[in-house]
Amino acid sequence: MSQALFFIAALGAIAGACGVVMLRDAFFSVLALVAHLVSLAVLFLLLRAEFVAAVQVVVYAGAVMVLYVFVVAYVGGGEDQPALARRGEQLRGDSSAGAHVRLGAALLGGALAVELFIALLGTGLKGIGGHGAGYSPGPQTFGTPAYIGKLLLTRFLLAFEVASFLLLIAAAGAVVLAARRGGVREEEPGPGLAPLDMPRPAGTGTMAEAAGAVRRQ
Amino acid sequence: MSLAVLAWLALAFPLAGTIVLALGYRSLPGRSAGWIGTASIALSFLAALGALIRLQERAGAHRQVVSTLWHYAVTAGVDAHVSILVDPLSVLMLLVVSGVSTLIHLYSVSYMASDRGIARFFSYLNFFVFSMLLLVLAGNFLLLIVGWAFVGAASYLLISFWYRRTTATRAGIEAFVINVVGDAGLVLGTYFIFKHTHTLDVLGSFHATSAGAFAHGSGHGDLVAGCVLLLLGAFAKSAQIPLHTWLPNAMEGPTPVSALIHAATMVTAGVYLIARMHPLFERAAAAQDVGAVVGAATLLIAGSIALAQTDIKRVIAYSTMSQIGYMIMGVSVGAYAAGLFHLMTHAFFKALLFMAAGSLIGAMAGEQSLDRMGGFRRALPFTYASFLIGGLALAGVPPFSGFFSKDEILLITGERGGWHWALYVVGYLGALLTAIYTFRMIFRAFHGEPVPEARELEHGHVAHAEVPRNPATGEAEDTDVGFPGPEHAIAERARPMRAAMALLALGAIGAGFVQIPQVDFVIDDFLRPSFGDSSLYATHTRNGLLVVGLVLGTVLGLAGIAIAYRVWVRRPAIAASLRARARPLYELLINKWYFDALIEALLVRPAAAVGRLAAERVEREVVDEGLVGGTTVLVRAGSAAVRAAQSGFVRYYAALLVLGVAAVSLYFLLQS
Amino acid sequence: MSIAWYLAVSAVVFALGAIGVMTRRNPLVLLLCLELMLNGANLALIAFSRMWGNGDGQILALIVMTVAACEVCIGLGMIVAIYRRRLPIDVDELRELQG
Repeated sequence: MSQALFFIAALGAIAGACGVVMLRDAFFSVLALVAHLVSLAVLFLLLRAEFVAAVQVVVYAGAVMVLYVFVVAYVGGGEDQPALARRGEQLRGDSSAGAHVRLGAALLGGALAVELFIALLGTGLKGIGGHGAGYSPGPQTFGTPAYIGKLLLTRFLLAFEVASFLLLIAAAGAVVLAARRGGVREEEPGPGLAPLDMPRPAGTGTMAEAAGAVRRQ
Repeated sequence: MSLAVLAWLALAFPLAGTIVLALGYRSLPGRSAGWIGTASIALSFLAALGALIRLQERAGAHRQVVSTLWHYAVTAGVDAHVSILVDPLSVLMLLVVSGVSTLIHLYSVSYMASDRGIARFFSYLNFFVFSMLLLVLAGNFLLLIVGWAFVGAASYLLISFWYRRTTATRAGIEAFVINVVGDAGLVLGTYFIFKHTHTLDVLGSFHATSAGAFAHGSGHGDLVAGCVLLLLGAFAKSAQIPLHTWLPNAMEGPTPVSALIHAATMVTAGVYLIARMHPLFERAAAAQDVGAVVGAATLLIAGSIALAQTDIKRVIAYSTMSQIGYMIMGVSVGAYAAGLFHLMTHAFFKALLFMAAGSLIGAMAGEQSLDRMGGFRRALPFTYASFLIGGLALAGVPPFSGFFSKDEILLITGERGGWHWALYVVGYLGALLTAIYTFRMIFRAFHGEPVPEARELEHGHVAHAEVPRNPATGEAEDTDVGFPGPEHAIAERARPMRAAMALLALGAIGAGFVQIPQVDFVIDDFLRPSFGDSSLYATHTRNGLLVVGLVLGTVLGLAGIAIAYRVWVRRPAIAASLRARARPLYELLINKWYFDALIEALLVRPAAAVGRLAAERVEREVVDEGLVGGTTVLVRAGSAAVRAAQSGFVRYYAALLVLGVAAVSLYFLLQS
Repeated sequence: MSIAWYLAVSAVVFALGAIGVMTRRNPLVLLLCLELMLNGANLALIAFSRMWGNGDGQILALIVMTVAACEVCIGLGMIVAIYRRRLPIDVDELRELQG
């Protein structure tokens, strides 16, 4: 029973991953990732990590992905409109280089996968072959919220506190990043120094200027 | 005061004068710089006199005193001390140098009175006297080299004294470069000698030599090489062939400079060197022969060139070259006392001649060409008398001093026998030439139709050029600093000049009687303690040859005067017709035997070409474009290549990351 | 299933995430692939934690999730800001930090 469930969940995870990588529309990629996350939660359950699985669904798939959905809705799909590709128009950038990049990326990814396989499975780690350490169910056993909570508040208190601090900073940062600058009217990029041109004024011999990237105003 | 202290004082006074004048040149009013300079040298002369007295008080065997002021360094077997050797030879040179220098300083007080650089002039002149005294007093080879180099430097400073004249600066550089060649010879020669004697002390070297330091192995060869190199130094300093081209051009300096440096003192440094190093030279016969031959050649060649020169100072310069040739020949064949005696008398009459020439040039408002002079007899009586006295002494007419000293050299040369008879003949030929060119100069300048400047002077007005000109090139000049001053002094009007010239004239007349051949041996006996270890320092001479020599000398001198009189006073047209008939010979003489052209072609042009090659090809192409430019190109290319990695493409960076991870994991996997 | 299977799945997911990061041009999708890699790592952590019977892996997985959330937050904020300035949403075009 658990084996069947494992295979379903594993396939779902891998399919979701493939979908994220290959689907053209950003929105569909987000949906594929949600599917992947849910499958991963099932795998966690199979590994007796109940609390983590719940958190995965609630927080990750629930909150973070919803955030993604909002942003994709706002920003839009962006690159690689399938229609344009069908018409054979040259996309921005060179598609031939794109093909090379895809090939190279696939090769590298493949190499990475092979190495990971060897590293994880071929090194003779004795416990891999088994089903894990022994497990006896109970109120505060392995994987229960109480278990996790106890660990978080005793052994990993510092990590816990730092993580919460990080969350605070991220929240503040996101607000700052996305805030409108003074007034409802949007600023025009227009003439004037681009932000990155400020530390690199024209005529001072920076590397960027030598490479031709500093915009002449 | 002891002998050593007096000698050190004789050195210290000119040095003090130099420093005082150099530091205070701005604040010294009028001619006081001149008086300070003269006073310091006069004090030095007094110290030299004191040293003479103290020296003669000592017993004969103890008349060589070494006094060390400072043990500068003793390292790796090289003993470099600041030490002086006070013995009769150095005291004689001390007296001659400081005495003649005092008189020339006195002369310069009037001569340079209107020059804006007068304090600088006297400072340089004092520095020169200090250097020369250092040279003659040096008891350590190192100090000798230092003095030698300083003298060269002082000579350069004084030749290019009027530094805004391009001819003067060029002449100064030429003098300095040729002197440096001599310096190199001196230093290398010192090395060859030191290699075997293992001491830089002069007396120590001599003791080692007589103890057989050069007896085995390469000793003799090294000794000859060392002596020849020392001769190279002597020839450069004394302007002998082939290192003589600087001396005529050195006449660009003011006349007192020519009188002091290029007649009386610096050019005699070579003679002094050979005389001082006589223990070494006597064991290297080849070097002695070289010296004798070069001396003889110079005296003849220089004498012949002087016959064709028109610049009055250059005539006297070639005459100096010729007379130094006599001295070099003399000390090279062993006639030390005679050579040094001639040095002394030559200092008197040559300085007198230059001073008189300075007075004449002043009357000509700076013009130096004999072609434009004539008939100054009535206008410049005192100058004329000085010229006559100096000229008679130079021509070797008895009873003037030049006669006694020159004939003694030739006597001893003849006594050496063998091939030295050729030198004997050359010497008397030179004497004839000397008389001719000297009186050619005097008759052309003072006899005949008076030129306008002379007529002006007869009416009591010294000629003045409206626009001061460089006498060599004729280009107009200024009277600002770096150029001669506006006033030209003549002896008849300036008392200091007259005083100095009078004293020198007395010396030119009477100095000969100090040592009349076979009658008294004052110089011989005085110098004997210095030359005690010499095998050639003989006193006995063949009386027959002596008489022949004296008579021959007188006859040739008078004959030369007669010839000059006939050609340039009685029938001036003969000169032009001679010139036309012996055209090639005249060309040879007027081009100074083509030595200048030869040096230009052999040395100067190739050196300039190498310099141009280095500047244009090597410097520009190899260094600038190749090394420096190449390095920048390499760095630029390298950085461009590396910069390509920073493309800004995030995906590219990510790919690199993954590649890196894959590579590192591969490595670790393979390891385990 | 033995733990090895879970590790295999984790490796595949991680590699797929890496390929996605190298391949996609839309920054949003790029971030999604990044999430993929993080999830792959999480799976491995949980698997090992089960193997040892230790809770440390799960704690670490939780912390990773937290960090991923923060990173997504900031990344999306940046993309919104870029979009507001009318710049193209394409990592190939956004390459001023070069040279």
